[in-house]
Amino acid sequence: MIKRPFFAITKPKLRCSRIWTLPKETLVEIPLPRKVTLLVKGPFPRVGELMIRVGDRVRTGQKIRLTADRGDYFIASVTGTVSDVSPHTGYMGAGFTSISINADDQDQWDEAFGPLAQEPGLQTVMDYLASLPGASDFGSLLSSKPALETLVVLGTDGDLLVTKNQFVVDTEAEALAQGIETLKRISGIPKIVLLLPDYFKTEAVKTGVEVKRVAPLYPNTLPRMIMKNLFGKPVSAGKRCEDLGTGFVSAEAVVALQKAFSQAQVPIHKLMTVVRKEGTTVHARARIGTPVKDVLSALEVATHHGDQVVVGGAMTGRPLFSEDAPVDGDTDAILVQDKTQRIPSSDSHCVNCGECVRACPAKMPVNLLIRYLENGHFEEAAEDFDLLSCIECGLCTYVCIVRIPIFQYIMLGKQENARIKSAEEAHA
Amino acid sequence: MLNEKLLVGSHAPYWHNGISIREKSYHTLMAALPAVLMGIYQFGIPALRVMALSISCAILWELILNRAMKRPVTVGDGDAAVIGLLFGMLLPATTPWWVVVLGTAVALTVGKWIYGGLGCNPLNPALVAIATVIISYKGVMDLDQAYLNFNFDFPAADPLKAVKAFGTVAAARYSLTGFLMGQQVGGVGTIFALGLMIGGLYLILRGLIRWEISLSYIVGILVAAYVFNLSNPEKYAGPWFHLLAGYTLVGAFFLITEDSSSPVNFVPMLTYGAGAGVMTILIRNVGGFTDGVVFAILLFNVANPLLDKIRPRALGRSK
Repeated sequence: MIKRPFFAITKPKLRCSRIWTLPKETLVEIPLPRKVTLLVKGPFPRVGELMIRVGDRVRTGQKIRLTADRGDYFIASVTGTVSDVSPHTGYMGAGFTSISINADDQDQWDEAFGPLAQEPGLQTVMDYLASLPGASDFGSLLSSKPALETLVVLGTDGDLLVTKNQFVVDTEAEALAQGIETLKRISGIPKIVLLLPDYFKTEAVKTGVEVKRVAPLYPNTLPRMIMKNLFGKPVSAGKRCEDLGTGFVSAEAVVALQKAFSQAQVPIHKLMTVVRKEGTTVHARARIGTPVKDVLSALEVATHHGDQVVVGGAMTGRPLFSEDAPVDGDTDAILVQDKTQRIPSSDSHCVNCGECVRACPAKMPVNLLIRYLENGHFEEAAEDFDLLSCIECGLCTYVCIVRIPIFQYIMLGKQENARIKSAEEAHA
Repeated sequence: MLNEKLLVGSHAPYWHNGISIREKSYHTLMAALPAVLMGIYQFGIPALRVMALSISCAILWELILNRAMKRPVTVGDGDAAVIGLLFGMLLPATTPWWVVVLGTAVALTVGKWIYGGLGCNPLNPALVAIATVIISYKGVMDLDQAYLNFNFDFPAADPLKAVKAFGTVAAARYSLTGFLMGQQVGGVGTIFALGLMIGGLYLILRGLIRWEISLSYIVGILVAAYVFNLSNPEKYAGPWFHLLAGYTLVGAFFLITEDSSSPVNFVPMLTYGAGAGVMTILIRNVGGFTDGVVFAILLFNVANPLLDKIRPRALGRSK
C-alpha cells in the first residue's frame, strides 16, 4: 500500500514497479505438479458432445478438441490421465470448461506440432497456438474483425507491482526481436510497435521494429490510455481497442510464439510475478494449470485464514477464493496479502469529496455514477453518467475517502448492461 | 469446517491511499485550532464555554440520532465534532447555553440526519443552524449587544455593521493588521484572520478541501468589494476590509468547502465559489443582513446540483 503523501493537492501519482529496482533474483522454476487444471473459455458443452472423458490418457503438448463441431481446443501441459471434466464460472460470469489431469512423473511429448513448426504460418498458429502464455485469446486477436492495422507488443506491465513483461524484455531480448519478425511475417499486420517503459535501456532490445515509450505512471500503461496518449485515438465508450484496428499482445506471448517455432514445441509454461506478503517480488515459471498453492508452497509463501490471494496486480487483479485455482495463460502475477493489509470496504454514502473525479483518467462523473449504481439504475448509469467510458483502472476506489467499492459497482453495472443488451437482442 | 482455511475475496483494487473520514475530520479540527485559541484568548472563559458546549452537544445529538434512527454509531468519524466546532466558531462568546443546545440540535437533525446522515446533506449543517439562530434570535447574534460588557483594547463595535451604517469613515477606525491578529469582535473562531488563513492553507495543501472553491470565493469577495468600492468609495468599504472582517475567511476555508454541499468539477467549483463570494458582498452592501456569508453560501449550496451538471466530456463520448 502506498500512503497518501503529506501534501496531496494533485491527483495520485502511482509509479509502476521497475524491474531495475528489484534485487537480482533468478527465475524460480516451479516443479511439475501432481495435478493440473486447464480452463477452456466458452460455454460447457453438452455431456454427449464432449470429446474428452475422465480416464483418457493425454501427452504433453497434445492438442485436444472439446467437441467435434466447435473449434475450441486446449493443449495438455502434462502427460497423464484426465481425472475431471466440469463446468467452471469465472469473473463476470464467464463460462469455462475445466479439465483436470493427474500428471505422470515423465513428460511424453506429442509429435503432431513438430513437423508443422518448420514452416511458421497463420494456420499453424490458429491450429496450435491460439492460446499462448500471456495472451490466452491470441487466436481471436489475430482473426479480429476489422483486421488489425497496428499490433502493440507490450514490454510494459499494465498493473502496479507486476514486472513480468519487463522481465521478459530484459532476459529474452533476442527471442523477442525474432518473435516480432515472425509475427510480422505470419500475421500480415502492417504495423507492429514495441512499447517500453521510458527508463528501459535502448540497447536492451535491438529490433528493426518501431519502439514507443511510455512513462511508467499508472494508469498510462493500460491499453485504453495508450490508445489515447500515444496514438491519439480515444476508444469510444463501449467499444474495444480492436474495433479501432489496434491490438495489444504481451511481450511474453511473442517470445512464446518464437520459441514454439524455434524449439518445435507448443509452449506450456507461464511466467509470473509473485508478490509476497512483505512486498518482495520474485519471478516464477510454472506449467499452465499448476494450482496456485503449489506455486506458493514452492516459493515458501505461507497463507493463513483470512488472507487474500490475488491473481494480477494491486489495482486490477482478481481475488482467488481457493488456492486450488490453476495458473492459466493470463495469470501474470500472484499477489498475497496478509489479513492485516486488507482494506475493508464500507457501505457508507458517498460524501461528494470529489477525489474520484480528480483521479479519474476518463473524466467520468464518478460521484454521480456511484449513486445510480448503488441503487441499481444501471441503464441510466450507462446512458447519462458515462459508465461505459470506464477504463477499469481502479483509481476511484484507491482514493475513496469512505471506501466505497466503486470499481466493483462499475463492473457490476457493466455486466448488468451487457446482460440487458443481450436479453433485448434475444427477444428482438 | 471450523479449521478450514478460507481466503477473503474482495474486489480490486487491493491498495488504498489510507485516507478516511476520521482522519479528515481530525485534521479539520486541528486546522481550526489557532483561530479558536485566539477567540478564547480574546473573549476569555465564555468563549471556551461556548466551544466546549457546542462540540459536546453536537456529538451527543449525533449519538442520540444514531440510536433513534437505529443506525451504527458514527460519533467516531468526527463529523459531528466538526459540525459542533464550526457552529461554535460562528457564535459570539456570550451566547446563552440553550441557544447552543438548540443550534446543535438543528444542525444535526435538520442539517444532517433527516437527509440520511453524512454525505447526504444538501446544505452545510453548521450554516443551517446558524441561519436558524440569526433569524430566530436576533439579539444573540448582534455583536454590539453581545460584547457590551467586555473591555477591549480595540474598537468594540461590529465592523460590518459600522460600515453599513456610516460608510468608509467607520472602516478607517479599524486596522487591517488588527483584524489579521484577531482584534475585532465576532464569533469565537472567526476573528483571527491570520490563524484562519494558516488553517485553510494547511487543509488545502493536505488536499482535504478543494482549493478551487476557497480561492474563487476569495476572488469573488475581492472583486465584488472592489467594484462597489470603486463605484462609491465613501459608502462601500474596500476589498481587504471585506476579506478580513466578519465570517469571510471562516467561510472560505471551513464552511463553503463542506463536501456534500459543494460541486466537484472544475468549472462548477469556480462558479460556485465566485458566485457565493459576489453574493456575500451583495448582501453586505445592499442586503438586509450585516454579514452575508451565511446566506450567500446556503444559497449556493442549493445551486450546487445544478452547477455540477457542467462537466467535462468523458473519454470516448461524442456528445
